[in-house]
Amino acid sequence: MEKLIILPFSIGFIYLLGILGFRVVKWVGGLSRLDKLRLIHSFKTRRFFDSIKEVFMEGLLHRKIFRKNPVLGYMHMSLAFGWFLLIVVGHIEVMVSRQSLIAPIYLPVFFRYFETDHSFMLSGIFSFLMDLLLLFVLSGVALALLKRFKKKLFGMKKTTRLKTGDRIALLSLWMIFPLRLLSEGMSAGLYGNGSFLTSTLGHIFGNLNSETANLSLWTAYSCSLGFFFAALPNSRYMHIPTEILLIFVRNAGVKLKKRNNTYTNIQVFSCSRCGLCLDNCQLSAAGINNTQSVYILKNIRNHNLSDEQLFNCLLCGKCEVDCPVGINTIDLRITQRIESTRQYNSSYKYLEDGPVPKADTVYFAGCMTHLTPGIIASMKKLFHLAGENVWFMDEEKAPCCGRPLMLAGQYEAASKLIANNTRKIIGSGAKKLVVSCPICYKVFKEDYELANVEVVFHAEYILNLLQQEIIALKKGSDRIIYHDPCELGRGMGMYEPPREVLRTTGKVIPIKNEKHMAHCCGGSLGNLKISQVERSLLRNQAVEDYLRYRPDVLATACPMCKKTFSRHPNLKVLDISEAVANALQISSDQESTKEKMKLEIHEFELI
Amino acid sequence: MNNKHVAVIGGGIAGMEAASVLARQGLKVTLIEKQANTGGKLNDWDHLFPDFSSPDELVNSLANKTKDSGVNTVCNTEISRIERNGKRFELRANQDVRFFADAVLVASGFNVFDATIKEEYGYGLFGNVITSVDFEKRMKKHGQLHTIQGTAPKRVAIIHCVGSRDAKVGNTYCSKVCCITGIKQAIEISEMLPDCEVFCFYMDLRLYGSKFDSLYLQAQKRHKIQFIRGRLSEAAERADKSIQIKAEDTLQGRPLRMTVDMVILLVGMEPGVSTSQLIQKNQMTVDENGFLKSANMHCARNQSTQEGIFMTGTAICPMAVNETLENARSAATEIIHFFENRRP
Repeated sequence: MEKLIILPFSIGFIYLLGILGFRVVKWVGGLSRLDKLRLIHSFKTRRFFDSIKEVFMEGLLHRKIFRKNPVLGYMHMSLAFGWFLLIVVGHIEVMVSRQSLIAPIYLPVFFRYFETDHSFMLSGIFSFLMDLLLLFVLSGVALALLKRFKKKLFGMKKTTRLKTGDRIALLSLWMIFPLRLLSEGMSAGLYGNGSFLTSTLGHIFGNLNSETANLSLWTAYSCSLGFFFAALPNSRYMHIPTEILLIFVRNAGVKLKKRNNTYTNIQVFSCSRCGLCLDNCQLSAAGINNTQSVYILKNIRNHNLSDEQLFNCLLCGKCEVDCPVGINTIDLRITQRIESTRQYNSSYKYLEDGPVPKADTVYFAGCMTHLTPGIIASMKKLFHLAGENVWFMDEEKAPCCGRPLMLAGQYEAASKLIANNTRKIIGSGAKKLVVSCPICYKVFKEDYELANVEVVFHAEYILNLLQQEIIALKKGSDRIIYHDPCELGRGMGMYEPPREVLRTTGKVIPIKNEKHMAHCCGGSLGNLKISQVERSLLRNQAVEDYLRYRPDVLATACPMCKKTFSRHPNLKVLDISEAVANALQISSDQESTKEKMKLEIHEFELI
Repeated sequence: MNNKHVAVIGGGIAGMEAASVLARQGLKVTLIEKQANTGGKLNDWDHLFPDFSSPDELVNSLANKTKDSGVNTVCNTEISRIERNGKRFELRANQDVRFFADAVLVASGFNVFDATIKEEYGYGLFGNVITSVDFEKRMKKHGQLHTIQGTAPKRVAIIHCVGSRDAKVGNTYCSKVCCITGIKQAIEISEMLPDCEVFCFYMDLRLYGSKFDSLYLQAQKRHKIQFIRGRLSEAAERADKSIQIKAEDTLQGRPLRMTVDMVILLVGMEPGVSTSQLIQKNQMTVDENGFLKSANMHCARNQSTQEGIFMTGTAICPMAVNETLENARSAATEIIHFFENRRP
């Protein structure tokens, strides 16, 4: 009869194990053959230990959340790591008391109920430890309750709303440890098997202590565990077991390759819906509050994702920065776009297949640089000074790099452009491809197969010219703020080369929101739904932040960002190539092209 | 009513016309202009559409009218502040100059769109890309059109809607006068350089005024001006300083590239900066385009949202010269009604 109290726990636990087993088999089985081999291979290498370490550091200690906010980190750590230690120490306690390595799974959970005799080796130390750990976990539960009312204390401005499944799971989770405290307190009062926490509680209960009350409390405890386990697979707490799998799969080198597979599911189920990504998303400044990554992941999971949400995203990558689980939200969203978009009948028959000139270096300006001819003029000047044998590939006409189509989910169309460009670049026999647009740079680096051709971003190219002393600059006293373009910074991890270039022209001032936390300019090609007015709200938000530092120049390394910021009055915006061209130290040619032209026009008018 | 004093801010054609009408009705009028001379932007203009008349004649006759009617004209003075003081207004200029008035008429005009914002058109970067304003200035000064190399252009492209009806630069409204200005300038080029090919790139041709359509027909039939429906996407300078332009011919549904010797950008009108400074300090409101907002779009077009402050001309919205003059007269009428209806 007494054994019946383990039933709710056991049923829940067995159900959970069944579901988890089924899902792991389904998800791992759904990976491509190559990815499966990667996963198996990773178990034999150091990556396995890296994954174990990561599971410990992130899954239990929650190091990333700690960095974001210590209180939030402590809350997660006390719940996860505390519970983990309760299980481990509980098992050791049972093993010691039974003097056997094998013990039923339920026994440590209900140990204080079944083990009324309290005289085995080190029992005092064990009960002290278990009380201490229980207190540790309870402190986390208390913080979790507090967070529901005062999320600002935890460094969060916004959080997600809960669904029914989540509520059941959350409520049972909150009940588990207080009920365990009450049950163990009651047992301690009855059998004297507690320590500082539970014994004290037992004393407080005093006359209330009875066998019946004890049984009811333990049953309630078992039920809360059972409910939590049963609700877990359909709640956000599914992220706990899934994250472990995600860490192993990700460390094995598995990536999303423009098509959904079960790696999508693994990532989607790893999202805890903590909402940390909400605070970083700039779209809320334009009043867009339902398209953030956490909602997209939820909608993918629930099969109710709308295009309106899917395409209303700047793809700036700021949400990835603080994701405690490390979900690759950008790849995931682009893949969803590819999957959900009808591929247009884009034959591109007019793309030319003619002969290609030979050159050492190819310059691809791209559509965006063509909208900012100041950058092209500066690049031409630098190529000329460097004596580069360069072929300006898209000076007259050439297809786009393909990235904007890719961002819009038009993968097939993008592939056609990529094929055409690849043929030309390789055909030129060049060793180097210079690009002045981060959007092009990303696609050339990631989606082109260019054999021996090295893809060089203009910041790197210019930096090399400076280091080789091919060009010399006159350093001015301008205060410069460097705006990190999304595709270059978070997208390609290039933060330093543009800054190093700018340091040779003026004083680069460090600011709070830079590098991985840099603003998006709002001009993003990734967002197909946002209006111009909303874009300008995002731009103004960024500019206001920059103007607080009173810069003379806002420099960037992206024609799109430059164009977006140029529309704001009272701000001098330059691309790094223009800043360099302006600072060139050549005796006969000290004015910038732009000022020289203005002078010529002026002179003409004076005639 | 005769002892009432009206201050008119802005000595362009709107301010001059309104001031002279008010003065002839017996009011005391002070016309305040920030530049050295009255006449405003028309001083730079060579010819007016649709009759190719001279703006100098117009400006001179307006100057004579203001003088003869007894308007007190104050130049080199920029008003930075209007303060209400009971029923009167106190106007302050940058220096320690003050004016007192019973009503204020704001005729501060417009600003020309800064074409460097559309960097893809290369204004300020390429010597052979000029604006419609530059064209008028050059014609007035030299009476001829030259490329930066000093040669007569053989092909000219005129680009409509630069800074107008363009959400990307934040101006969604139509500047109204550019279409007909483009046609006028195309005809002038064609008459001056008969061998020169002229292309107009337009989105719509908004030829709303009387005689505008006949000028358009004349441009096509007699002057063989070619009109291409399509917005310019970008311009690039070639080694010989000619300009390669890319656009889409939307009637043929084809991308288009051509090389021209010169590009003229038909720059639109934007709300004046001086207007915005006045607004900040006086709670005069602006409409969604940034121009001064009327108390009523239909029956109180010249009344601002502040009682006693009126406005006229392109401070309200883009207008052609003849409309501006009509609007100035209507503003004068509204001010006279304002004084007549106000009980002392």
